[in-house]
Amino acid sequence: MGVFNEAKNLMKQNIREYGMYIALVVIMLTFSIATDGLFMASRNISNLINQTGYIAVLAVGMTLILIIRHIDLSVGFVAGFLGAVAAILLTKAGMPVWATIVIVLAAGALLGSFIGFLVTKMGIPSFVATLAGMLIFRGALLRVTSGTGTIIIPNKGFNAIGNGFIPDIANIEGIHTLTLILGAFAIGLYIWSELNNRKNKLTYNFEVLSKLMFAIKLLFVSLVIGYVTWILAGYNGLSWTVVIVILVVLIYHFITNKTVLGRHIYAVGGNPEAAKLSGINVNRITVIVFSSMSMLAALSGILFTSRLQSATTTAGTLFELDAIAAAYVGGVSAAGGVGKVTGSIIGAFVMASLINGMNLMGVDISYQYIIRGAVLVAAVIFDVKTRNKRA
Amino acid sequence: MNKYILEMRSITKTFPGVKALSNVNFQVEKGEIHCLVGENGAGKSTLMKVLSGVYPFGEYSGDIVLNGEVQKHSGISDSEKAGIAIIYQELALVPELSVYENIFLGHEIKKGRIIDWNETILRAGAMLKKVKLNNVNPASKIKDLGVGKQQLVEIAKALSKDVKLLILDEPTAALNEDDSENLLKLLRELKEQGVTSIMISHKLKEVIAIADTVTVLRDGQTICSLSAAKGEISEGVIIKHMVGREIDNIYPKRENKEFGDIVLEVKDWCAYDPKIGRDILHNLNFKVRTGEIIGIAGLMGAGRTELAHSIFGNPGEYRIKGELFVLGQKKHFKSPNDAIKAGVAYVTEDRKGNGLILIDDIKQNITIANLKSLSQQGILNKNEEVKTANYYKTSLNIKAPSIEQKVGNLSGGNQQKVSLGKWLFVKPNVLILDEPTRGIDVGAKFEIYTLMNELVKQGLSIIMISSELPEVMGMSDRIYVVSEGKIAGELTAEEATQEKIMKMATN
Repeated sequence: MGVFNEAKNLMKQNIREYGMYIALVVIMLTFSIATDGLFMASRNISNLINQTGYIAVLAVGMTLILIIRHIDLSVGFVAGFLGAVAAILLTKAGMPVWATIVIVLAAGALLGSFIGFLVTKMGIPSFVATLAGMLIFRGALLRVTSGTGTIIIPNKGFNAIGNGFIPDIANIEGIHTLTLILGAFAIGLYIWSELNNRKNKLTYNFEVLSKLMFAIKLLFVSLVIGYVTWILAGYNGLSWTVVIVILVVLIYHFITNKTVLGRHIYAVGGNPEAAKLSGINVNRITVIVFSSMSMLAALSGILFTSRLQSATTTAGTLFELDAIAAAYVGGVSAAGGVGKVTGSIIGAFVMASLINGMNLMGVDISYQYIIRGAVLVAAVIFDVKTRNKRA
Repeated sequence: MNKYILEMRSITKTFPGVKALSNVNFQVEKGEIHCLVGENGAGKSTLMKVLSGVYPFGEYSGDIVLNGEVQKHSGISDSEKAGIAIIYQELALVPELSVYENIFLGHEIKKGRIIDWNETILRAGAMLKKVKLNNVNPASKIKDLGVGKQQLVEIAKALSKDVKLLILDEPTAALNEDDSENLLKLLRELKEQGVTSIMISHKLKEVIAIADTVTVLRDGQTICSLSAAKGEISEGVIIKHMVGREIDNIYPKRENKEFGDIVLEVKDWCAYDPKIGRDILHNLNFKVRTGEIIGIAGLMGAGRTELAHSIFGNPGEYRIKGELFVLGQKKHFKSPNDAIKAGVAYVTEDRKGNGLILIDDIKQNITIANLKSLSQQGILNKNEEVKTANYYKTSLNIKAPSIEQKVGNLSGGNQQKVSLGKWLFVKPNVLILDEPTRGIDVGAKFEIYTLMNELVKQGLSIIMISSELPEVMGMSDRIYVVSEGKIAGELTAEEATQEKIMKMATN
């Protein structure tokens, strides 16, 4: 009985966080049943994840932007424009892939800090500054693709970023072995860090979960990681896109949870006046967050361009709205100060699963938009309601 | 015929936990100028809010009788219909609209369903003449007028509604002397025309100059009504009635006071606020020593909080002249962070507005100003953080189930303790406390006073800004009285009396 009550309490306290995971599971199960298991097939899931990659990294950056009570509408065409720049650097300038990536990411960071400068020092509302950015970068995208139209990228190395998979050491009966090994390694790492954490807390005499509950939690998370790995290993294994998204999420999760910078970001979002009077340089935080956003937009542009193996004149259209929707579905508060990077990633996958599942079922595109809109509203209602209950 | 235009009979209004008004009787004669005075928190504004329908019928007990009829206002629009107009300290005009649009905002002159602009402009011109704004173009925007003229436009707006009873809440607080003089002259003229006015004011000189009757409120009760005709009004009498209360012994005594070196000193400190376009502080000089509590007394709007902000890294971006010394070294703080580094901490007046992050928990609020000491290379040691937060929760007796409790859910007293914990954790030399006990109950007050004594004993210096005179007198070793951005006087704890402070503050 003790474990059951503990589980119930845990559920109650974290309903907002777990709500999203539950929603994702429900959506996946529903589509699996509706498509006779086609949705959960290795190939489909692998595709789904790779398609979501470029929105997922945007959603990570957008989470921070929304937390500090701003918005960035420019990210779609920043991604489109910088993707085209990458294509030009690779084809016309003949740059190596690594140099292209470094230059494009740096350019993104620079553009972002300029937007941050407009917002902080010039006092332009972020909605307006980034709306202008959206127009300007759309124009810039058309400009750099004006002579050629679509720029085809023949570089195999670059195209692997969006389409390739990590190499295998020994493919046994169609199962990607390295992926399985990495999965096992991830589970090991997870268990090790949880045990370490628990040990630390115990030395400080802090409250921890009961042993049984802790074991259940470890087992559950390990099973989830194991299952996802198994599915991916059944197709081509881990894609480079997945590797990149995981890295981005890990880095941002670490920054937001474990660093002073992260705490300052939340403080600025929670109460900018109080943050200022607590000695936090609000302008500096704002510039950093906008800079990181545009850098991730550059990364998104690289992922998208590589996936299409070409830069197109319309690349990046409406990416920003997908990213904003993913963040809100993922539990970011519209009032600022609240939100998690991991939540937004789940939000991105919820939205992507909806599109993918409905496509498999052959749902008309008109209904798809309506349903996505309804899910966005439902997610935010859930968020607002559970927030009020706890307050 | 009743000689009173307004009678408020045994009005009682309670807020959760506080009795703001208790059996207040307030009578205003037809055609007089009636001044309402009292300390901050005496209940003046609450009484006027009851009258104007901000607190509708049913939320208070007692009767409001206007022209012999009992009023049951369910909102401001009802009281306006009855002929009551109230002008608040913060003006309620729309800066981007023209004078004539503002005057008739909410009761537009219409032909059918369409606004008759020609008639509006014509009538606005007439209203402006009434308030002696003959040379103001009705079409100019409100934001282009000075504060004094804006105040008069407010009165014109009230007059356009055919007002019988005009209420002014501290009308001259933001005005310079000429503008104040003009306003008082206008009130006298309106009186000639039969308009009755109620004026709330802290400036006793004005009150004496203009009032036919003065009613003094204290601690939510009517103390007395003084009549000018009977020669009962004088500054001394008013002050005596305003403060006439025994100092409670809720102020714990400190034994063996010992003061050391000067920790913080300002010299010829001036500040200009570009946002409102005027000087807010004029040539202030003061100092605080180790182990000393100095009190900064003064009325609302005297410049006390502005003073604290100007010292604490100037987040409001005033233009500052003068010198600031901390531990003998001259300092130029460019941001609150600089001030914190130099050992100055500031517990804000407005806990909810700019003190705490209400959506975050106790732990995050306590550590936010000093995360550096809990981190290495920018990475937080969360376990140390929990330990720190628990330490302050225990030592300050913050009543909450855990440090994970959201600060927004705590009572005022506990929120204030979180605020104190946050600033003690930066290990300051000087602690500036701005209204440290506002809105908290007596028990928590006592705890905070005891803590203050404990801190100075450990060698801290405290600058306490407060509008509660008993608190200033009960806790301070020395008192600076601030009035209109200047230091009006300095008193030692021994020589200070409420009357003396009040006299300096209202000068």
